[in-house]
Amino acid sequence: MKKITFLVAMALAIVSCKSDDEWGTPQAEDVSVAFQFTQNWDGTEITNSDFESTVYTNERGEVLTLSKLVYLISDITFTAADGTVYDAGDYNLIDVRNGTGLTFTPNIEIPEGTYDVSLTYGFDDEDNTDGIYLDLNSSDGSWSVPAMLGGGYHFMRMEGFYTNEASEITAFQFHNIRAAQPGTDPLVTTDTSIPVDLGQITIEQGTTIEVKMNASEWFKNPNVWNLNELYQVLMPNYVAQIMMNANGQTVFSKGAVTVEN
Amino acid sequence: MKLGLISISVLLCFSMISCSDDLDDNATGYTPTPAPIEVPQVFLDRILPPVIPEDNPQTVEGVALGKKLFYDPILSADNTLACAGCHSPQNAFTDPRQFSVGIDGISGTRNSMPLFNLAFNYNEKFFWDGRASSLEDQALQPVTDPIEMHNTWANAVSELQEDALYPELFERAFGTQTISKELTTKAIAQFVRTLISANSKFDQYLMGEATLTPSEENGLAIFMDEGRGDCFHCHGNPNNPLWVDNTFHNNGLDETITDRGLGGFTGDPRDFGLFKSGSLRNLAYTAPYMHDGRFETLDEVIDHYSEGLVYSETIDPLMKKVADGGVGLSAQDKADLKAFLLSLSDPSFINNPDFLPEN
Repeated sequence: MKKITFLVAMALAIVSCKSDDEWGTPQAEDVSVAFQFTQNWDGTEITNSDFESTVYTNERGEVLTLSKLVYLISDITFTAADGTVYDAGDYNLIDVRNGTGLTFTPNIEIPEGTYDVSLTYGFDDEDNTDGIYLDLNSSDGSWSVPAMLGGGYHFMRMEGFYTNEASEITAFQFHNIRAAQPGTDPLVTTDTSIPVDLGQITIEQGTTIEVKMNASEWFKNPNVWNLNELYQVLMPNYVAQIMMNANGQTVFSKGAVTVEN
Repeated sequence: MKLGLISISVLLCFSMISCSDDLDDNATGYTPTPAPIEVPQVFLDRILPPVIPEDNPQTVEGVALGKKLFYDPILSADNTLACAGCHSPQNAFTDPRQFSVGIDGISGTRNSMPLFNLAFNYNEKFFWDGRASSLEDQALQPVTDPIEMHNTWANAVSELQEDALYPELFERAFGTQTISKELTTKAIAQFVRTLISANSKFDQYLMGEATLTPSEENGLAIFMDEGRGDCFHCHGNPNNPLWVDNTFHNNGLDETITDRGLGGFTGDPRDFGLFKSGSLRNLAYTAPYMHDGRFETLDEVIDHYSEGLVYSETIDPLMKKVADGGVGLSAQDKADLKAFLLSLSDPSFINNPDFLPEN
């Protein structure tokens, strides 16, 4: 009986619907926006085959190879000219070597138009709450940061090998987190997430925005990174984390904006 | 157009009325009893749900069949070796021998892997070298491995089909008495997915039901300290109580790589000598350690990371201070780290009657 009632109701609902041509001019629908994350070393693309293979030279002249490059972005935000803000509040973990997270579509649809588009590299303090993201807890062993450093999540794990001043091949772990001073009570922390403004972008159906990371910038500007001094155990190194934050300001930029019809 | 839609709807109404008596489950096919995995609270609060293939849902009958198969030597060519022969429940489903011995008396070259919490292997790469892409795929291989069960699947299926009990058990589990290797491995995978360990002292600590000793607390601090143990980057942390990243590393065991591990499967030289991380749960029961079982004790394992690392081309950058042999823990730090690691062992797991063979 329920089935009959349901089908009759469906039939009536279909009869009462208007066909598209009865609405006149179709209304513009909200659209989703795709992001493509690309990585380069001073303009040369970094792909899977470059890991443990391509030799890079940083600003200080140290030669290195990359083994791992995984980073987190969050809070992609679209701000309209009238001040309306669209923000899905989600995040994306990008694993360059394994090719995951390289494309990402925030879980939000917005009206077509021109927006100031921005995102956050890492998590800002508002979002960087320890343990609350089950997928990040489950990723890469765990993307979490030890409680002794204030908890929360890594922003980036860039790892590899460089040749030190004694000509020894040496591992480096360039791990970026919220800066914390171990041993302080209460723990002194500084939000080292980085707001990235991609500028004004016209959004329409099928828009994809490329976000470029120039990995060499982490070692370059304004702090010329000395891997011989800062190569391991950087997570509890407050000064190193602040330096990463400073250098990270010029790491990300807008790439191509394409529209697929 | 509108008339057409009405006609279809009315037609649908009539067709539903006319066949509604046929739509009960009993008439359309047998359905085994669903048995979704009960995820422990300590996991539920922290990590993603288990991976259950859409085409192999957990059922009471499927798990029961998988358990019977797991403990039955019928899958081996001479009916002498069951899965449990190399995956003993008392050893957290690994083998206390360095290398397991197959039906022909031949030893393998890698230590048997423990079996627990594999439903939470989100990467879905199994074996030390990652060559299986699902638990079903994993369960296929030992049956035909010439130094393990040394059987053919045709022969194994034939024996199951001729058995007095199995056709009926397969019918209960999958609705058919026609046995296949696919259904056999599905059943085994269902059972293996139930092997969940989440009741160690440390789990109880996370749930507020136990306290750590000062030694265990210090061990945890060493584990989580990037400047000392730095174990967490590969082995998880209290937010990921699987205590494993389920990915592959060269952890500085050998200067010359003789077993290519992951690289033997992928063919990528960058993967040579990489092996899947092991979980740190149940270390009290899973000796010997490493992919080749080279370390008989946990102390030897800790010594390796403290002083025993050696360089090879694919060594993981997380292996710090290789030139010095490792991170150089003090004797007290080693003892405390060991105390913490042992707090991750779960005696209720190895004694769980649900996992043990029926009498």
